[in-house]
Amino acid sequence: MVTLIAKRFGFMVFTMIVVSLILFILLETDLTGDPAIRVLGQFSNEEQRELWREKHGYNQPMLLRYVKWLGNFATGDLGESIRFKGPVADVMLPRLWNTAILGFWTFAIMIPLSLTLGVLSGMKEGSKLDRSISVFGILTTSVPEFASAVIFSALFVFTLKWLPGTSSMSGGFEFKQLILPALVLIVYDFGYVARMTRASMAEVMTSQYIRTAILKGLPYKSVIVKHALRNALIAPFTVIMLQINWLLSGVIVVEFFFAYKGFGALILEASLNNDIALLEACAMVAVCVAVTTQTLADIGYTFLNPRIRFS
Amino acid sequence: MTTSITEMPKAGYGAAFIRGLKSFALLRESWVGMVGAFLVLFWVLVALFAPLLAPFDPNSSIQPFAKPGMEAIKTGGTFWLGTDHIGRDILSRIIWGSRTVLIYAPLATICAYTVGILMGLAAGYRGGWVDDVLSRIADIILSFPVLVLYIIIIATIGASGFNIIIAITFASSPGIMRIVRGLVLDLRNRDYVAAAQTRGESDWRVMLVEILPNARGPLIVDACLRLGYVIITIGVLGFLGLGLPPPDPDWGGMVNETRQMAMAFPHMTLFPCIAISSLILGFNLLADGLREISLRD
Repeated sequence: MVTLIAKRFGFMVFTMIVVSLILFILLETDLTGDPAIRVLGQFSNEEQRELWREKHGYNQPMLLRYVKWLGNFATGDLGESIRFKGPVADVMLPRLWNTAILGFWTFAIMIPLSLTLGVLSGMKEGSKLDRSISVFGILTTSVPEFASAVIFSALFVFTLKWLPGTSSMSGGFEFKQLILPALVLIVYDFGYVARMTRASMAEVMTSQYIRTAILKGLPYKSVIVKHALRNALIAPFTVIMLQINWLLSGVIVVEFFFAYKGFGALILEASLNNDIALLEACAMVAVCVAVTTQTLADIGYTFLNPRIRFS
Repeated sequence: MTTSITEMPKAGYGAAFIRGLKSFALLRESWVGMVGAFLVLFWVLVALFAPLLAPFDPNSSIQPFAKPGMEAIKTGGTFWLGTDHIGRDILSRIIWGSRTVLIYAPLATICAYTVGILMGLAAGYRGGWVDDVLSRIADIILSFPVLVLYIIIIATIGASGFNIIIAITFASSPGIMRIVRGLVLDLRNRDYVAAAQTRGESDWRVMLVEILPNARGPLIVDACLRLGYVIITIGVLGFLGLGLPPPDPDWGGMVNETRQMAMAFPHMTLFPCIAISSLILGFNLLADGLREISLRD
C-alpha cells in the first residue's frame, strides 16, 4: 500500500513536470510562433518586440528560462497578468473559489441522483425501468452543455421567467443565479456516472454470493442494501473522482455562457487575450487538480477494494 | 503511416466488412439503434443534398431579425426557422452546417483512430519499453482536462479546420490507444496469431491482418460514441469562438454569434442546438444499439 502511494505520487510529480515542459514549449518558445508577437499583436514593430523580449528575459537561453520559470512557479510567483494588470495569483484565487462553489453544488446533487438511478437500473438488468433510465441517460449526454444551456434558458428564463439568464453575481452572491449553470452541468454528466454505476451493480447482481443470499431467503431489500451496494459502489467512486477532470472542461462552457466569474471563464479569457502568464498558471492549476484527483481515485480504489489492498 | 492502411490485403478485411454489414442488418432488432441509424442517415442525406434542400444562400444577408415562418419580402420564399442578426436564413445555415460537421468530425475521428490504433497495436503487441513509453505518454495527455488541452492547442496553433483535426487527434488518440492495447493483450496469445508468427509473417502484418480485424467489435461501438463526442467538441470549440473561421456555417459558431441576442430572439440559438443535439443523439443511440447486438452473440 505504501509503495503504491509513493509510486502514484512519484508519477504525479513526473506528470506535472512534463506538463510544465509542454506548456513552456508551446507558449514560451518560438516553436509555435514568436511570443512577442503573440503578446504585442501583429502590428507591433520589431523594436517594440525587442524591448519586450529584453524586459521579460526572452533573450536568455531556453533551458535557463525554463528552470527560472519553473522555480518561480514552485515558489508561488506566477507572474503578472497582462489582461487584468496585476499578479496572476490575485486574479486566479477568487475565480477558483467561485468555481469550487459551482462544482460543489453540481456534485452535491449529481452524485446522489446518478448513484440512485444507476443502482435502480442495475438491480434488474434489461427491465423496463433499466431501459428507460439508460435511454434517458443517452439523451441527456447527447446534448452538449452549450445546447442545454440554450434550451434551459429558453425554457426557464424566456418562457417561464423563473430564473435569471446570467450568473455574473454583480450584486453579490445569489443562489438563484447558480441554479442554471449547475443544472446544465448535472444534466450533461449524470448519465455517464449512472451508466457506470449500473454496469458495476449489474455485475455484482450476477455474482455467486448475491445468488446465495437470495436463495437462502433473505428479503430482497436487505440483499441489495447489505450485500450488493457495498461492492457495487466501489467502481463508481473512481468514476466520480475522475468526473472532476471532466468538470474542469464543463465549467469553461457553462461559465462562458452564463457570464459566471469562475476559473473556466478565466482560462478562456486568458487564451483569447493571449495572456500567457495567466494561461500558463490556469493550465498548471487545472492539470494539477486533475492529476491529484486521479491519484486520489487510484489510491482510494485500492483502499476500498480489499481484494487489491491485501494482495 | 496511412499507406500501411491502404496497402492492407483485402481478404481479412473483406470478410470483416461483410460481417460488419450483417451486424448492421441485425440493428433492426434494436429500436434504439434504429432510431439512431435513422437520425444519422437523415443528417447524412441533408449534408449530401444541401444545395438542393437549402432555400437560401447560407452566407448572404437577406432580411435581419426575421421570426420563424416570416415571408422574405425582397426575394420571396419563407424563412421557416427565421433569420439571424445579419439576415442570413437559419434553416439554410443549419443545412449547410451539417456538411461542415459531417466532414470534419469523421475526418478527425479517422485520424485519431489511425494514430490510436497504430500506437495501441505497437504497445500491446511489442510490450516492454515500447509499451511503457507509449502508455506513459498516453497517461500524461489524458491527465489534461480535455477542453483545457484544446484551448491551449488552438491558442498556440490558431483556429482552422486543419488545426481542429490535429487537436482532436492529439487529444483523443491516447484513449483509443488504451482500448486497442487492452484488446491486443487479450488477442495476441491466440492460436491464429501464433500460426501467423510461425509462418514467418512480419510483426506489422500480424498486427494489422490477424489481430486488428478481430478487435473490431468494441472498436466500432467506441468509434460511434467517439464520433458523437468529436461532434460535441467541434460544436463547443465553435461556441467558444475557437472553431472554424466565419462566415461558413458551423452549428457551434452560429450559437456563439447570436447568443447575445438570445434574450429577444431565442430561435437564433435554439435551432442550431437542436440540430447538433439530434446528430449526436443519433450516433450515441447507434452505438448503444450496436453494443446491445454485440453482447447478444
